[in-house]
Amino acid sequence: MMNNPPHPNARRGRTVTDQDAREISRVEELSYELKVGEVMTANVKSVTAEMKIAGVLEILRQGRISGVPVLDAGGEIIGILSIEDVVRAMERNHLTAPVSEYMSHRLITVSDFDSVVKAIKTFSEYRVGRLPVLNEQGKLTGIITKGDVTRGILNALQKDYKEEELRRYRASHLFEDITSDRTSLILRYEIAAKDYQRGGEASSHIKRALLRLGASPQLARQCGIAIYEAEINLIIHTDNGGVIRVQIEPHRILMQTTDTGPGIANIEQALTPGWSTATQEARNMGFGAGMGLVNIRRCVNRMELDSTPGKGTKLTMEILLRPEERFREEGDPEAE
Amino acid sequence: MKVEQLMEIVEGTLLTPQAPLNREVKGGCGADLMSDVLASIHPDAVLLTGLCNIQVVRTAQMADVRAIVFVRGKTPPPETIKLATEENIPLLSSPFGMFELCGRLYQAGLHSFEAPVLHDDE
Repeated sequence: MMNNPPHPNARRGRTVTDQDAREISRVEELSYELKVGEVMTANVKSVTAEMKIAGVLEILRQGRISGVPVLDAGGEIIGILSIEDVVRAMERNHLTAPVSEYMSHRLITVSDFDSVVKAIKTFSEYRVGRLPVLNEQGKLTGIITKGDVTRGILNALQKDYKEEELRRYRASHLFEDITSDRTSLILRYEIAAKDYQRGGEASSHIKRALLRLGASPQLARQCGIAIYEAEINLIIHTDNGGVIRVQIEPHRILMQTTDTGPGIANIEQALTPGWSTATQEARNMGFGAGMGLVNIRRCVNRMELDSTPGKGTKLTMEILLRPEERFREEGDPEAE
Repeated sequence: MKVEQLMEIVEGTLLTPQAPLNREVKGGCGADLMSDVLASIHPDAVLLTGLCNIQVVRTAQMADVRAIVFVRGKTPPPETIKLATEENIPLLSSPFGMFELCGRLYQAGLHSFEAPVLHDDE
């Protein structure tokens, strides 16, 4: 197990992680959700079939674009002239030729209400780099390139990210937004005995929740370390697992673990640095330093350990928030 | 020093290709017992360890560890790498032992982030 190669499914030298998979599937989703009309370039320049190539070259250069649609007198699209066509004309020293001689008559278009994925498929199917976009009436409304698609998807992802920021912002104002005489948020987790693999998961959720609520990194770390030690104790020592309950209030964080046994025979001893009853299995996992409760005590303002052998243990940890650390309540002055 | 620089000093192989390498590491801690790490470590440290299980990453996450270096060429199991990737914690595997790694990093100017055990009379 320990000597497994790190990338069993290596593809191009690296594993596709869950996070990658999430991001890839989000991009896929977006390419279905986004419409061509949302990512295309509108108000595109166009040329007529009678114009000289030299004139088009100037338009391409000034607009820094790589192709233009060709319209007839009625405004209907009749072709497209790309930089490659211009290059062909230049090679033959034929810049005075009219557009009609070099333009591509093959008209491959997409509709502005097609999904972006349709455009992506059309790019690869016809090996083209740009597509004129037509509206329902068949009139030219814009041009879409691979660059437009990439930009459009990146912008949409960026918007997702802003929405996450907004959620975080809302969470951090939870206590301000709710009016009550006493608001508290309670998080509850059930912890299974001997489940080393998932050990720390609850603590990780708690730490993240605190950060989301706007706790300082130091406060989140302090609570995280204390509750992680307590969670590991439930996993290592209890017969049937236990429960973590975290009560978050504007002025304090109260964390409790309760279990149904076996209980601690000698609390005094349990609190001595370096003293441990951890099994060899737990020690192999890196626990059993005999520092757990000592660590917890260091991280919290108040620690209470109640235990009855044969009945169970209740560990209470309270952290009082300093005025500058408190979660803002309704009616607090806006100023930091 | 940055994680990138640390990687050169320990001649480490990066096991988490997406993890950020531009973060600042301010000190170091070498331990195989996770409570020892939690008891002493300051934020923004590098953790040198011989322990490869998933709890190393959990511990690192709780203690705001910036990078984990596995000693003596140890490679952690896939679930450890997966969690570290999700949590954005760089994992490095170094061919050197704990003693040599501490020496190399200390010589490069990295301070110890290990604190003595505090008894009740703290």
